[in-house]
Amino acid sequence: MITNNIRKSILHMVHYSKSSHVGTCLSIVDILYVLYFEKLNIDPQQPLMSNRDKFILSKGHGGAALYATLAERGFFSKGYLNQYYVNNGILPGHLDMEAVPGIETSAGSLGHGLSIGVGMAVANRQSGDSGEIFVLLGDGECNEGSVWEAVMLASTLQLANLTVIIDYNKLQSFGWTNEVIDQSNMADRWRSFGWETYEVDGHNLDEIRDVFNIKQTKPKAVIAHSIKGKGVSFMENKLEWHYKSPNDDELRIAYDELGGIL
Amino acid sequence: MRDTFIAELVRQAELDERIFLITPDIGFSVLEKFKDRFPDRFLNVGIAEQNAVGVAAGLALSGKIVYVYSIVPFVTMRCFEQVRVDLAYMNTNVRMVGVGAGFSYGPAGATHHSIEDIAIMRCLPNMTVCCPGDPIEVKSIISQSVSHEGPMYIRLGKNREPEIHSQDAALTIGRAAKVVEGRDVCIFTTSNMLELGYKWTQELATRGVSSSLISMHTMKPFDSQSVLEMIKLGIPIVTLEEHNVIGGLASAVSEVIAESGMSVKFKKIGIPDVFSHVVGDHEFVRNKIILNGDKIQELMDWL
Repeated sequence: MITNNIRKSILHMVHYSKSSHVGTCLSIVDILYVLYFEKLNIDPQQPLMSNRDKFILSKGHGGAALYATLAERGFFSKGYLNQYYVNNGILPGHLDMEAVPGIETSAGSLGHGLSIGVGMAVANRQSGDSGEIFVLLGDGECNEGSVWEAVMLASTLQLANLTVIIDYNKLQSFGWTNEVIDQSNMADRWRSFGWETYEVDGHNLDEIRDVFNIKQTKPKAVIAHSIKGKGVSFMENKLEWHYKSPNDDELRIAYDELGGIL
Repeated sequence: MRDTFIAELVRQAELDERIFLITPDIGFSVLEKFKDRFPDRFLNVGIAEQNAVGVAAGLALSGKIVYVYSIVPFVTMRCFEQVRVDLAYMNTNVRMVGVGAGFSYGPAGATHHSIEDIAIMRCLPNMTVCCPGDPIEVKSIISQSVSHEGPMYIRLGKNREPEIHSQDAALTIGRAAKVVEGRDVCIFTTSNMLELGYKWTQELATRGVSSSLISMHTMKPFDSQSVLEMIKLGIPIVTLEEHNVIGGLASAVSEVIAESGMSVKFKKIGIPDVFSHVVGDHEFVRNKIILNGDKIQELMDWL
């Protein structure tokens, strides 16, 4: 299963580099899979192809998940995944668009990606470029005021070539998202700003696939209810896996749960 | 400078359809010339500077050449981290155009004064910083900016400044412009101090002092050679700027002097690291905060 392979690559990367954010990476794997293997009009051999669809990972601390997905999709050698977060490496923890082909924007500071996506959507509409723009935001990221500046502009401009996916895993740095800043009415918020808003199970490939295929006349918001650490039983819904990396034993157990070694 | 900017941008946009103009709701009665001519290449994003810069980056990543226009503090500081990541780090072809250099918005108060912008923009990798001093420099810099690679900050004064350069002056981004040639002292100016620097060279001449005047219309990349030439000739150097003496022209020139291994007389004239609480028009605030007395006599005594 490709999603299992992506998850195992992520675990491998955070394990040897002893780096953080494994939980946030695992929560978006199924969304990335549907985008990169089914939805996006892209060509790994021509990463800058004109009229391509573009994906922006705004929550840049999920970088390992995007690197693993791009490698799995053939944008670059899987060997690069051994060069993550280490001295003289290739892949920094947060996204650097100059690092490898296929990354549309650098990221790492929250609340930037949607504005950039709005700019790309405006550019495509003005130039008659058929490419669609997809932006993935974290739920905690929606604390950033700049997100809502972009939300308001996108609906004012009725950007029907723009889709946002909110990775609603309900955990952020200090605890439960809705205890830090209450956004339990997440879908209502986006709807009230004029977005076509849907809620899906962020790990149900059929639901993700179907929601992307719904024709839109306005910007689309997909609230993807997800599980931080999804796929590894002892990581699921545990805040500590925003920070910890698995030790050798934990890695072995995790691999077993995902169908065996990488 | 403001009207020159928009007139030249419209002229360039006629020639290059990649040019886009974005405003966070600033520029009423100025930007209409562009908006009316190119409605599909103009966007008012609302009062939201962070979004303005991010949207500009997205357009630039899609092949557009994007100008973001607002008052200096709002287009540089309110959105500084977007400028750092979306423009400088990603090296996008966005030009932030700030109007209201120094105390241009005098009586509006310190929120509208721009006294730190050169300092913070100058330290961003990839960023080119242009501070034109008269309409001729504005026209030339805007014209060159279209084909410039990477992000730029362009600091405009206000409007109807006099032309100091001749119409056919050859100006190049990154190269200092010598306006007056002299041998007793060299005055370096940047941005909207060019006019005053020019007046000073004339007044000094009447007192028997022959002065050079150099306009540093580009603060980054900084034309160190123009300073080194004066150091080598042993000519005393004065910097004149409507910006904090920390981080702007005084700092840039000092850095060149300090590394030159040579010694030269040096005097900096600028904003002495204070916010203005003075109420008054541009000239009034400038006189109170920067000039504060007879600067020409002070220069004569110093020389």
